[in-house]
Amino acid sequence: MDKNNLNNIPKDLFVPLVRKEDTSEKISTPSRTFFQDAKRTLFKNKPAVFSMILILLIIIMSIAGPWMNDFGSDDQDLKRAKMPPRVPVLENVSWLGLNGTLSGTFQGKDVQQATAKANARFDNKEEFIDIEVINKGDGTRNSAEVKATYRIYEAKDMKDTYFWFGSDALGRDQWTRLWEGTRVSLIIAFVAAVLDLVIGVSYGGISAFYGGRVDNVMQRIAEILVGIPNLVIILLMMLVLQPGIISIVIALSITGWIGMSRIVRGEVLKLKNQEFVLASRTLGTSNGTIIRKHLVPNISGIIIINTMFSVPGAIFFEAFLSFIGLGIVPPDASLGSLIDLGFDNLRLYPYMLVFPAIVISVLMIAFNIVGDGLRDAFDPKMHK
Amino acid sequence: MTRYLLRRVWYMLITLFIIATFSFFLMKILPGSPLNAEDKLSEEQKEIILEKYGLNDPIPVQYAKYLGGLVKGDLGVSFKFDNTPVTAILFDRIGPSALLGFQALVVGSILGIFLGLMASIFRNSPIDFSSTIIAVIGTSIPSFVFAGLLQYVFAVKLGWFPVALWGEFEHTILPTIALAIHPMATAARFTRTEMVEVLHSNYIITARAKGVSESGIILKHGLRNALIPLITVLGPMAVGLMTGSMVIEQIFAIPGIGEQFVTSVMVNDYPTIMGTTLLFAFGFIVIILIIDLLYGLIDPRIRLAGGK
Repeated sequence: MDKNNLNNIPKDLFVPLVRKEDTSEKISTPSRTFFQDAKRTLFKNKPAVFSMILILLIIIMSIAGPWMNDFGSDDQDLKRAKMPPRVPVLENVSWLGLNGTLSGTFQGKDVQQATAKANARFDNKEEFIDIEVINKGDGTRNSAEVKATYRIYEAKDMKDTYFWFGSDALGRDQWTRLWEGTRVSLIIAFVAAVLDLVIGVSYGGISAFYGGRVDNVMQRIAEILVGIPNLVIILLMMLVLQPGIISIVIALSITGWIGMSRIVRGEVLKLKNQEFVLASRTLGTSNGTIIRKHLVPNISGIIIINTMFSVPGAIFFEAFLSFIGLGIVPPDASLGSLIDLGFDNLRLYPYMLVFPAIVISVLMIAFNIVGDGLRDAFDPKMHK
Repeated sequence: MTRYLLRRVWYMLITLFIIATFSFFLMKILPGSPLNAEDKLSEEQKEIILEKYGLNDPIPVQYAKYLGGLVKGDLGVSFKFDNTPVTAILFDRIGPSALLGFQALVVGSILGIFLGLMASIFRNSPIDFSSTIIAVIGTSIPSFVFAGLLQYVFAVKLGWFPVALWGEFEHTILPTIALAIHPMATAARFTRTEMVEVLHSNYIITARAKGVSESGIILKHGLRNALIPLITVLGPMAVGLMTGSMVIEQIFAIPGIGEQFVTSVMVNDYPTIMGTTLLFAFGFIVIILIIDLLYGLIDPRIRLAGGK
């Protein structure tokens, strides 16, 4: 039907269009820069946006968290050591395990023996231990089973105290230490990433831009450095330096920049021989302007992506170093050192491991998802 | 090819020499000596001990002796651990580490390739979606967090596996899984990307047009070509396994190289630290060399021409 209509259009409907110089070249949709395009793609990516919110939340908590209760990060008090987590309101939701009780199952030849074991485990404060018989037993070894719940906050006369995430082996508040530790980990990660960025971009950029002998010498040096496994360098550096935030940053940055410098060098080499750079050079543009106007905008996408991926890498390495005892030293905390302490108490007090483990996992996953999102966003093929 | 190999081996020796030198002088800067309870010893006793470890010589002589020993495979004598030669300590401990690393690499890459293959065949389906999630989680979560979770759930709570220590096969299961998760995630991600790309190439269309069965296309034409680039990620994977082994061996109390390193760090046993470091470096470099060579052998497009 459409076809018929199109064939039967009366001729007088056609009017010659007057050609106008100024309108024919006009672009009807607003032109967007590369970065605006990338931003649009990134914000359309729901997991990435969600991850960015999570990261922001963790950053805010790492600043504000320690102020949210009255405990200091190094208030030691052995009387209140190893208290389980207890949160107001949430303590009434039994399955969350935030009600400030310790519990365990105990076996014995009869209920009495099992109960005695439970009492021995929980400081012998019988009036605060609720015993629930699971299995009465038949007198043979370990046939009876009881579940004991120890209301430790009441037993220690601390009914009004709330350790939201529990307390550690020295009675320090885990909530405060967790967020201070997160802060330390984040500072290390960001500083290391920025150092990688600055050193890597300048090294790779200079090497590629000047080329020739400069490039040759710089690349020979980089080649030898690449051959040395960064794990080995980091471990050796950590042995020599005084453990602490600055040493970790230095150790991470000593080899961390090489990856970035190689990528930047490759990109600059590719770009500097392209026609638009040649054209610009022919027009007499100075080196500085070429770098600023042509090279930097074109490689910034890849630099941003790379930096985004080096942040979780640094978080991991900090945690790894602290975990094997070469990183942050007490009383300072970091996610790695908290996890290390958590492992020492895993069997009886798993909550000491759970919270730092959750925070580091969420951070790492979120940073990786944002990194993936950025990679898609800066890939021109993905823009719609 | 031979020239290329020789050049690579030459570079490798230079790198090892630099690492050996670097670590030797670093250890010289560090405080600490093999003397226990230093102030209780008389001058002569100190003299005898220092003489025994060759610490009385001037540093250049010590350095020359150290390098000479290295050539012969002698890494010196441990300050702690009953004066055992470092080579013997490491030799005793290489078994568990190698076994774990091998198991993790095999399990991880087979599972990962399978996951990635499934994801690429059923693209944009729930299978693809969950495989992507597994891959992201696996590459993100540090192996020691994962190891803690496994240890608590399967060993402490459920009691299915031993909590730690070394011995039977069942002792290797949890550490292998903890180590394998990272290679698995990497392999899954990589296989999926490569497969999606390969399945869109022209020779797949040709194969389809010829009437090759779907399984033939995927396994014979697709997977085979997709797996070639996977060799490039084997290097980073092996490096990741070595890093992982340190913490995993520590967590599961496995008498391997990584655990030895961490213990040596705690007790300032410098000869052992240096020996382990060199062994790690040697491992890295050899693995990367082998992978480069393999890559050239398998993919004829990559030319390993000597020189430029």
